[in-house]
Amino acid sequence: MFSFHYIRNQIIHLLLVLIGVSIITFALSHVIPGDPARMMVGDKASAATLARARVELGLDRPLTEQYYKYVTGLMHGDMGISIRSQQPVSSELKKFFPATLELTLSAMILAVIFGIILGVVAAVHRNKWPDHLCRIVSLIGVSTPLFWSGVVALIIFYKWIPIFPASGRLDTFMTPPPQVTGMYILDGLFAGQMDVVLSAIHHLILPAVCLAYVQLAIIARQVRSSMIDVLEEDYIRTARSCGIPTRRILYHYALKNALLPTVTIAGLTLADLLSGAIITETIFAWPGMGKYVVEAITFLDFPAIMGFTMIVSCVYVFINFIVDMLYRFLDPQIREVDK
Amino acid sequence: MTSTDSKTTGAAAAAPILQIKDLNVTLRKEQELIPILHHVNLTVHAGEIVGLVGESGSGKSMTASAVTQLLPGGSKSLQGSINFCGEELTTKSEKEMAHYRGKEIAMIFQEPMTCLNPVFTVGQQLEDVICTHQHLQGGEAHARAIAMLENVHIKEPEKMLKAYPYELSGGMRQRAMIAIALSCSPKLLIADEPTTALDVTIQAQILGLVKEAADKAGAGVIFISHDLGVIAQVCDSIAVMYSGEIVEAGTAVEVLTTPRHPYTKALLAAIPGFTPKGAERLELCAIPGMVPDPREHMDGCRFAPRCSVCGENCTAKHPPLHVAGDGRSVCCWKEAEAGDTAITAS
Repeated sequence: MFSFHYIRNQIIHLLLVLIGVSIITFALSHVIPGDPARMMVGDKASAATLARARVELGLDRPLTEQYYKYVTGLMHGDMGISIRSQQPVSSELKKFFPATLELTLSAMILAVIFGIILGVVAAVHRNKWPDHLCRIVSLIGVSTPLFWSGVVALIIFYKWIPIFPASGRLDTFMTPPPQVTGMYILDGLFAGQMDVVLSAIHHLILPAVCLAYVQLAIIARQVRSSMIDVLEEDYIRTARSCGIPTRRILYHYALKNALLPTVTIAGLTLADLLSGAIITETIFAWPGMGKYVVEAITFLDFPAIMGFTMIVSCVYVFINFIVDMLYRFLDPQIREVDK
Repeated sequence: MTSTDSKTTGAAAAAPILQIKDLNVTLRKEQELIPILHHVNLTVHAGEIVGLVGESGSGKSMTASAVTQLLPGGSKSLQGSINFCGEELTTKSEKEMAHYRGKEIAMIFQEPMTCLNPVFTVGQQLEDVICTHQHLQGGEAHARAIAMLENVHIKEPEKMLKAYPYELSGGMRQRAMIAIALSCSPKLLIADEPTTALDVTIQAQILGLVKEAADKAGAGVIFISHDLGVIAQVCDSIAVMYSGEIVEAGTAVEVLTTPRHPYTKALLAAIPGFTPKGAERLELCAIPGMVPDPREHMDGCRFAPRCSVCGENCTAKHPPLHVAGDGRSVCCWKEAEAGDTAITAS
């Protein structure tokens, strides 16, 4: 299904994109106003102290040298020292990023699964009540800002009907599982600690659902419209004339065709989910990247900003790589092009 | 109107596979009722190929869709009877119909380019139909699929099973489609313009396959086409449709050699003759006007506005149906006025 040719080209593309990203993040950190050395030593420091700080940060070196140092560091997992906390950026990212990733990926899975189901149901019962219901659900989804729906969800499911916790990733007295991925659900499963897994899921549901909702609505609309097109196709009539059961026609024959445009949308939603995650984290006191990044930005902590951008870009590039592979899985004609 | 029994011996003498009696179909589209079939009668026997011929919009495909209950969306009402091997199909539920489709009644369609699912291999689609109806396991279904492809004269069936539709030519796709249709040995095969989109040379091969299905497997075939040339090659009997009605029916030889309805005559006259460039050209007869919109209500004969021999009666009152002793039927006032021997039915 995936030829050597294709895999090789993909890896070359991936590397090129990542080099591009590293250049952009590096350049960005140098064109933003403000002097990191000044931020480090404070307003009242003398010119000599400032100069020493500049040397310490390597800011006195030529840009090419700074970039070279940055990239070689990246390859060794070194993202520099945070100006603000004086801790290695990589260890801070390791602490905060998995929480954000867990939230984002869960939201994405929820959005994709339920978006597809909702879209198919709406398309099959076109212009009947399930379709209208889906339309209302979607409209509310795309027109409700996250900071509002998050707060409403908290009021309903924490204050009025207290079935979900309002903050954190685990119950108060629970120790996190040994870190493998940093995502508690997975790590809990690896360690066989089912109580941790359940607690992690319990804490995850409310923020993940809120975060997923908007994207779910977008995916549902997309699936609905492409399903409606596909159901009109001749090959669906053929399948019906062959007596294939309706459920199989819908979820096997039609959906695979309808998913192609949906996969594109789903890939793009990841960017929205990552930025949405930062808002969601604030509302649900989720100990993820959100707070860390906002503080890094206000403090002009450029190694931290660069590290964050780099990681997010890697995730994004990786998801796009998966999307690309999914195209090949779904559409044999795209596969043909690789040969 | 009954299409006449072309074969007086053998299978035809037995009870028909399909008997459509006085079928009326009305579609409802956004509060509007559109009558699309009027008093259609059609009989198909085992091993018989019945041609349904007419212009686009004459209701040929709708008749076929009514048999399989795959009429296009919206609510619809069916009156009359569709009797398939003793079972009344008009009262069957969707679930019961799914049992007949593909297994007992199979269809092949006009557009081989779009009729196969582009993201599944021929093998996946063929084996799925086999598994659905015959409850075979993977290996057996695979063997059956190969046998079916060999039946439609495909030289490398293994390769074909692994191929996606886009990798195949139109003729090969149509063969694959026929293999799918015949995979469960249906009693009735509905071929809806199966050769229209194909080259003439491929056409002949596909027609051969349809004939084989009728002759060897003994399936009854409804062959839909607007091309009288093609119909003449394969059909035992012919029913000519116009604007949702069957206007003339009879054995292929009779209808083609001694057409009695003005529409059939006009259709035959409209077949372009083979005249080389430079030779004296025969005048090509086009039928003026178009098939009336099904929504249009007409008191008289629906063909009257385009008919060259249209009389007073024709626009005022719907012509009666004449069924001759041999089963030949014509629905025309001229027939009624001239025919002493004809028996007037309904």
